[in-house]
Amino acid sequence: MASTPTVADIGSDYSRRYGFHDPEEYFMRTPKGLSHEVVEAISLLKKEPEWMRAFRHKALDVFLAKPMPTWGDTAMLSEIDFDNITYYVRATEKQEKSWDEVPENVKRTFDRLGIPEAERKFLAGVSAQYESEVVYHSVKEELTKQGVIFLDMDSGLREHEDLVRKHFATVIPAADNKFAALNSAVWSGGSFIYVPKNVEVAIPLQAYFRINAERMGQFERTLIIADEGAKVHYIEGCTAPVYSTNSLHSAVVELIAMKRARIRYTTIQNWSNNIYNLVTKRAVAHEDAVVEWVDGNIGSKLTMKYPAVILKGERAHGEVLSIAFAGPGQHQDAGAKMTHLAPNTTSKITSKSISKGTGRSSYRGLVKVRKGAHGCKTSVQCDALLIGDAARTDTYPTMEIAEDQVRVEHEARVSKIGDEQLFYLRSRGIRDDQARLMIVNGFIEPFVKELPMEYAVELNRLIELEMEGSVG
Amino acid sequence: MNTNAKPTFQCSGIHIHIGEKEVVKGVDLTVLPGEIHAIMGPNGSGKSTLANGLMGHPAYAVEGTVMLAGEDVSAMPPDEKARKGMFLAFQYPVAVPGVTVASFLRAAVSAVRGVDVPVREFRKELLARMEDLEMDPAFAGRYLNDGFSGGEKKRVEILQLLMLKPRFALLDETDSGLDIDALKVVAKGINAAASNDTGLVLVTHYQRLLNYVHPDVVHVFMEGRIVRAGGPELALELEERGYDWLEPAAAAGGV
Repeated sequence: MASTPTVADIGSDYSRRYGFHDPEEYFMRTPKGLSHEVVEAISLLKKEPEWMRAFRHKALDVFLAKPMPTWGDTAMLSEIDFDNITYYVRATEKQEKSWDEVPENVKRTFDRLGIPEAERKFLAGVSAQYESEVVYHSVKEELTKQGVIFLDMDSGLREHEDLVRKHFATVIPAADNKFAALNSAVWSGGSFIYVPKNVEVAIPLQAYFRINAERMGQFERTLIIADEGAKVHYIEGCTAPVYSTNSLHSAVVELIAMKRARIRYTTIQNWSNNIYNLVTKRAVAHEDAVVEWVDGNIGSKLTMKYPAVILKGERAHGEVLSIAFAGPGQHQDAGAKMTHLAPNTTSKITSKSISKGTGRSSYRGLVKVRKGAHGCKTSVQCDALLIGDAARTDTYPTMEIAEDQVRVEHEARVSKIGDEQLFYLRSRGIRDDQARLMIVNGFIEPFVKELPMEYAVELNRLIELEMEGSVG
Repeated sequence: MNTNAKPTFQCSGIHIHIGEKEVVKGVDLTVLPGEIHAIMGPNGSGKSTLANGLMGHPAYAVEGTVMLAGEDVSAMPPDEKARKGMFLAFQYPVAVPGVTVASFLRAAVSAVRGVDVPVREFRKELLARMEDLEMDPAFAGRYLNDGFSGGEKKRVEILQLLMLKPRFALLDETDSGLDIDALKVVAKGINAAASNDTGLVLVTHYQRLLNYVHPDVVHVFMEGRIVRAGGPELALELEERGYDWLEPAAAAGGV
């Protein structure tokens, strides 16, 4: 770990040490490793208000003080070399990255998915945009008319400081966990969304509508606030593989659903297989609010992600619907957390995982019901599908129920692509590989049908690619 | 029945082992296009093993020759046999959650016919066959065999038979667990297939189905062998007398 001077030392000799005169022009990236200087540099470059600067430094102290998690895939976690990571790279430099540097296997997958050239470059991090300005402008116009704010987080902080300050890190404090602390210290990019009272955003908001923003930051920070009676669906990511030279992705996503608001947050994560994807996602649902996390994890080396809903107001409803696909060498440690604080709140967790080859998937979940939160209902369903004898799945469900008047359902199933199923399909003329794909697609169907059409089609195509060569 | 026709199905010297155990001990059978054969026998005699083994169940070791319309298909995997025109209606069809009856059948029909059947055309055909079998059109959107009743499963097997139009079909206990109305519908489907020149072998335990489907040949199957063959009257005799009287024939190694 890099040296860690105290906050007071920061900034005094900054220019001398790093030689930045005009950050806009010369500042490209922070040096490797993590320190208060790096944090200071990020904040300085972004010209942030004092409170955010202090927040970052405090978060760094928390990060440095907190031990690594002692659960999950500790072996894989221990391989992360925090000193060898660049914590901030300016968007302009990313754009200069050459297409030639993108690994062949990623390019090949783009080819086979039939992704247009412009989109490929965007996905590979070579370009920061691919949607036409026209689309963006029409979307933006419509949103502005409704009073919806949809910006990247940095712009959000600049243009709506009061709103950001009021809600930022209220759902996930910096000290929540080691990786939330890391994100809090070095965050950059992500989305900021505010939907005013009773406004329903008709189309799903997608990050790529934002132009000239750092969309796919390593440490993105997203905050979505749906005011009373508002409704919004946000889609993050895409089904095509996202290549990054950086090995660590650690995002923080906070959702706030006020009374009667509805938020759906859809993620399809397909990081390249060298990435540690360690993400903290949590929502607060007030009275009669509904929050749904629809979460798909296909890529990465190790993902640890447990979208959470704190059911704070009466009759609030939380839902997590997730799928994970762990191919050879991958570990998808995903799950959900539901905290029932108020009476008559309801939650539903549906977790589906597929492990193939030496792939490993884990469901890790926590359902908590506080004393006095009577009339709550919760149901947890975990289905795991194993392909091949080396594939592995584990379930770690935890229930902490402090109230008697609750209804709890839990169901866990592990299945294999059975010989009988294959024989049945093949006896109808369907080839072995197609039959396997059919079984897998059927398995994830409850997830896929929740996606917008173009995502559903892409996801099915992607699964098809992942399934290739799994015969026998 | 077309008596001048060449056999649509012919098997000879069929022996089937499950693990170390020999379950089917030498079966020869010839079926002409449009013919209906019944294989009747007591529980545990190896009838289902014969049907699954002929189709190519991966757990069974099958010896002998299987010919389909004059072509040797013995060594082919089940999907290839199916594309050559062979079909097995399962006694216990397995569920494939998340895959609708319609999408499954479209994949199967496309595979067997060797062309991608256009969606509209396929749908029209499917709905017509479902109507023949008195099935609710909503059935097409349900997940294959997932939560189906026994009767529903059997109907879907017959629906597949009618959609795939095989040269030769084995029906394994398709009559079991059906009420009388469902039995009539299933029989209607079987008769339709036969009149379409499909050669059929009905594997059954009871004579009940044979009130609605009239077999050309009845085979009695005991202890892994066909021990007697005859006309439809043999089925009635079995219904009356049971199988015990045939045991000496079984012990002697068949007819």
